Amino acid sequence: MKLQKATRCALFAIMELAAGPDRQLSANEIAEKYGISTNHLAKVLRSLGRVGLVEAVRGAGGGYRFSGNRRRTTLLDVIQLFETIDPIRHGEREDGDDTAEGKALCQVLMEIEDTARATFSSITLDTMIKLVDRNR
Amino acid sequence: MINSQTRPVERKYVIRLAKASDIPQVIAIDAENTGLSKGEYWEDLFQHYNNRIPDDNDCGQLKSVKQHRFFLVASDGDTVLGFIIGEVRAWEFGSPPCGWVFAISVRNQFRQSGVGDTLFETLNERFRKVGVTKVRTMLARDHTLIMSFFRSHGMMAGPFIQLEKDL
Repeated sequence: MKLQKATRCALFAIMELAAGPDRQLSANEIAEKYGISTNHLAKVLRSLGRVGLVEAVRGAGGGYRFSGNRRRTTLLDVIQLFETIDPIRHGEREDGDDTAEGKALCQVLMEIEDTARATFSSITLDTMIKLVDRNR
Repeated sequence: MINSQTRPVERKYVIRLAKASDIPQVIAIDAENTGLSKGEYWEDLFQHYNNRIPDDNDCGQLKSVKQHRFFLVASDGDTVLGFIIGEVRAWEFGSPPCGWVFAISVRNQFRQSGVGDTLFETLNERFRKVGVTKVRTMLARDHTLIMSFFRSHGMMAGPFIQLEKDL
């Protein structure tokens, strides 16, 4: 499974900020660590800010800080701000889907979508940060 | 779910094996969380897991029927705050012996105060003592709350996939 670039940027940024809720980081600092475009990240951070997950801190030493609840915010909460991980469940249709073969294929793909949704919706940022720590 | 907050109720408690007198509260906690009262089911489970005469060598506590089955409760005096059930099973689905968690539940008012964490850790310790190094459970895919709980303890998808069909 592959996530879109904006989604990956958002997940990296939110994990970085949520790992130290008292610290502030600039978009530059986050972008440099993950090798991503600062401009792209700035757009992503604005999206995260609109739903209250991060807030911009103005002035010298300003930047962004996490403003959500890391024990309640799931990976799915972040991902679905940028993309749909279960398009068939959401009614997206493609050529051939109305044939018996297409319906069978959709049935198999929906099984995968449902598993992906269950995984993303059950992993909170807090759990993810613990997982990151175990991988250090 | 992004910013929801609840205020946990703190209470002192101990983890011990369930007694027959705990079962009505276990039934009530399960009913509170599932909306279904399944008295016979929990009575049967208690008979299966913990019902035996107290052992003099067990510091006044009941032992499980066999050392690999555990029906534990978190209790403050006579009040049951939550419970967990698990056992060691060997060679099911070709798996070497491992611990299985079959049920865990905490009274709503004591959620997020660490009762579930303590129950789960205590059960894991019992599993370790009987020599297993893996713990498993199975959940409804849409039961996000309980799945998040197990994941917060480091549980990940295992090597088995559950399959079913209509008959």
